[in-house]
Amino acid sequence: MTRDPDGGLRIGSPWPRRLLVSHGVLVYLFLYLPVAVLVVFSFNAARQTAVWSGFTLDWYRRLLRDDGLLDAVRNSLEVAAVTTGVATVLGTLAALALGRSPAGFRGQRATQALLMLPVVIPEIVLGAALVTFFGVSRLRLSLATVIIAHVVFSISYVAIVVRARLAGLDPALEEAARDLGAGPFDTFRRVTLPLLLPGVVASALLVFTLSIDDYVITSFVAGVGATTLPLHIYSMLKVGVTPEVNAVSTLLLAVTIVLIVVAQRLLQEDRRTT
Amino acid sequence: MKARGARALLLPTWAVLGVFFLAPLALMLAVSFRQRGVYGGLRAVTDLAAYLRSGAWLANYIRSVSPIYLSIGWRSLWMAVLTTVLCLLISYPVAWWIAVRAPRRWKNLLLGLVVVPFWTSFLIRTYAWMFILRGQGLLNAVLLGSGVIHRPLELLYTPFAVMIGLVYGELPFMILPLYASLEKLDRTLLEAAADLGAGRAAVFRRVTVPLTMPGIVAGVVLVFIPSLGQFVVSDLLGGAKSMLLGNLIQNQFAVARNQPFGAALAFELTAAVLLLLLAYALYMKRKGEEVLL
Amino acid sequence: MITPIASPSVEIRGVTKRFGEMAAVDDVSLAIGRGEFFALLGPSGCGKTTLLRMIAGLETPTAGTILIDGVDVTRMSPHDRPANMVFQQYALFPHLTVAGNVAFGLRYQGLPKRDWTAKVADALALVRLAGLESRRPDQLSGGQRQRVALARALVLEPKVLLLDEPLAALDQKLRKEVQVELKTLQRTLGITFLFVTHDQEEALALSDRMAVMSHGRVAQVGSPAEIFERPETELVAEFMGASNFFTAEARDAGPGLLGLRLASGAEIAVPAPAPPRGPFRPGDAVRFTVRPEKLTLCSSVSPDAAAVPVIIENCVYQGVSTLWMARGAGGEQFVVCQQNGAPVTGLPEASAGTAAFLCWNPAHTVVVQ
Repeated sequence: MTRDPDGGLRIGSPWPRRLLVSHGVLVYLFLYLPVAVLVVFSFNAARQTAVWSGFTLDWYRRLLRDDGLLDAVRNSLEVAAVTTGVATVLGTLAALALGRSPAGFRGQRATQALLMLPVVIPEIVLGAALVTFFGVSRLRLSLATVIIAHVVFSISYVAIVVRARLAGLDPALEEAARDLGAGPFDTFRRVTLPLLLPGVVASALLVFTLSIDDYVITSFVAGVGATTLPLHIYSMLKVGVTPEVNAVSTLLLAVTIVLIVVAQRLLQEDRRTT
Repeated sequence: MKARGARALLLPTWAVLGVFFLAPLALMLAVSFRQRGVYGGLRAVTDLAAYLRSGAWLANYIRSVSPIYLSIGWRSLWMAVLTTVLCLLISYPVAWWIAVRAPRRWKNLLLGLVVVPFWTSFLIRTYAWMFILRGQGLLNAVLLGSGVIHRPLELLYTPFAVMIGLVYGELPFMILPLYASLEKLDRTLLEAAADLGAGRAAVFRRVTVPLTMPGIVAGVVLVFIPSLGQFVVSDLLGGAKSMLLGNLIQNQFAVARNQPFGAALAFELTAAVLLLLLAYALYMKRKGEEVLL
Repeated sequence: MITPIASPSVEIRGVTKRFGEMAAVDDVSLAIGRGEFFALLGPSGCGKTTLLRMIAGLETPTAGTILIDGVDVTRMSPHDRPANMVFQQYALFPHLTVAGNVAFGLRYQGLPKRDWTAKVADALALVRLAGLESRRPDQLSGGQRQRVALARALVLEPKVLLLDEPLAALDQKLRKEVQVELKTLQRTLGITFLFVTHDQEEALALSDRMAVMSHGRVAQVGSPAEIFERPETELVAEFMGASNFFTAEARDAGPGLLGLRLASGAEIAVPAPAPPRGPFRPGDAVRFTVRPEKLTLCSSVSPDAAAVPVIIENCVYQGVSTLWMARGAGGEQFVVCQQNGAPVTGLPEASAGTAAFLCWNPAHTVVVQ
């Protein structure tokens, strides 16, 4: 029975170590190289070919002059901000209701099923359904309809993450607060919420990211003048492959990665102190 | 908190999801039974009873199984199956490596590196392959430049490109559930099996795979369903030859302006997805484990 | 036998707690006096923790009433009750400092904010943790965390302090120290301490009185000496380590005495057992126990002595004492515990298979139900 000094296990491993490692490395390369290539060529001086001909920031400069793009960024940020605010509040309330109520209360199973649906139903179905709904209810497609659509699929994510955090809290802490004289509201405000906060913030960041990146649903429900960044990028893509697209992709990527890393850090720290 | 308080907290969520999720879905179902109007809206139904009796309300569904559309559905199904199988084969060793064999200090990093693509824009990750596979793209440039080929390969706008794009996009969704399952695997069981005489392949087949089945099933569900409804990848990387169900639906709404037909197709897709999920939930219930979400 | 107590600190009347079909606490009645250090002792699952939680208000009884200082608190929420709890894992708030933790409940007592610092300092001094106000729980040792939990509860001057397995999370050496400190603390403060434990040593060392619980019911209430020396039932005796049980036939004896005819035919007179044991009529079967340390191994006995023939099976050296395992005529197992240093009467070197007698002073016979 052998163990590698670093903790790996050799027993029952169907693949020899070297094969496993090289396969793993290849897969990681597969995952990252295409995108890395994208980023690298956003600095390429040549326009049409994929041959490297010098470093330039021209394409980024051109982005700054693209009014349509800047408008799209502004729209995306607006949508993401509002969506995050609304979805985080609703999702947290839902997580609290599900996690701190007597088990099996009337409506619990239905709520859990309801919260699961927006995540599993294909985005295209959701987009189609919403555009049909807006059409029939004579609601003009605009940024507001985009926000509504984003909130719909975001609530579930917040509920899931916050619920997980809540489940990890030691119930003795809330019991101790009540024992020491805090009523239910005070217990929530002084003990539950502070301990839950890193999870809430992390889920907010995740939802923000999802909103900024969403294309499919947004493409159905955005009205004229309500172009978001992914929509704008898509139209750029349809025109053709250009370095500007590489540049804007790189920027979007950078923002997303920063948000994810911060969210992960928050979740990890929260795990350490509780 | 008491049940009443819990229900009060859930009220806003139910309100939002009820009005903007359940109602639209119900509405779309109703629309799927109607016909397209002359200018793209809905044709008015004057005599409901006659309409129902004539069977016209099923027209869209009947049309959806005509050969042209059926072939699209079939192609979508095959693509999804192939994607799922490829993802599973590629992901399992990776998940095994991270969960079981990687040195402890690398684990978090390796896992984090899988999570990042998980949350990054699908659009960008698909575009990367456009950049690489096109006639003047990177791959051709490299191959031409090194003299391996003399004319650029037509890789873009083929089913092959769509396949790559799909696998590329869905891979993290398969790795993560597999990792979660392997992480929970009790290594001493593997040691016990080996001690009792099982060789490496046997231990894998008879102990590891059955024990990680929940993770495998979860990964399959997480990859198969989005693949079925895919339209970005097939739109950007495929051509007219690779029209999938997702493209068809989007086409009905954006171009052909035939909302009823699009709605019917969307519902068929939804029905397929829900059936799959039901099967998954029943499977998990039988195993006695909590459903994924 | 429950001795009535005038104006008890905590009174539990017919309390039952059901979880579904199962009764975790089954019709328990207890009265705990003011300033008593009271223990609820029993194996895990006996209902002691559930009972404690009901007194704290963290669970509601299915039936019965609970009174603290004469006030019915059965339906009162935990934050309104004059009882405070020290949790088993201490439940210190990780996001607050030591001072923050200790001061947590002060705002509900109507004290002006400026008095809080002084109160916190006093409480920390009481548990000998002065000066650690700005530390965080994860920077403290296990023993220190317990003191913070104590200070946090005591600063509110409760009428009853509830402790859930207070010594369970501490290591051996610390346990002895903390035992002494808790006892001193309780005597200094003079308030009622009610604690739950599965460790009989802990219960014996700390409590003024204790209740042994099993399967949701109270088996016996009494002082540590009473429970240890005179267990009323086989169950309580077993739990307290008196694992030697014998059967005999009841006989008449003088007033205050019970005659027992042993299997060997010898007749001895033992102290008459108090109710609920008995009353015994001549000819009744009587079960009794003798503690391992009250038994000795003899090579020969007089025919009238309190003795039972056995075969020695095993002997385990324990440093301070030696354990002897022996088997009786009917196959029962007996354990004898003898302090090393005292000569084994007539058996300087006993080995497995030797026949011998268990003998004891009849006064040490304890009749059980």
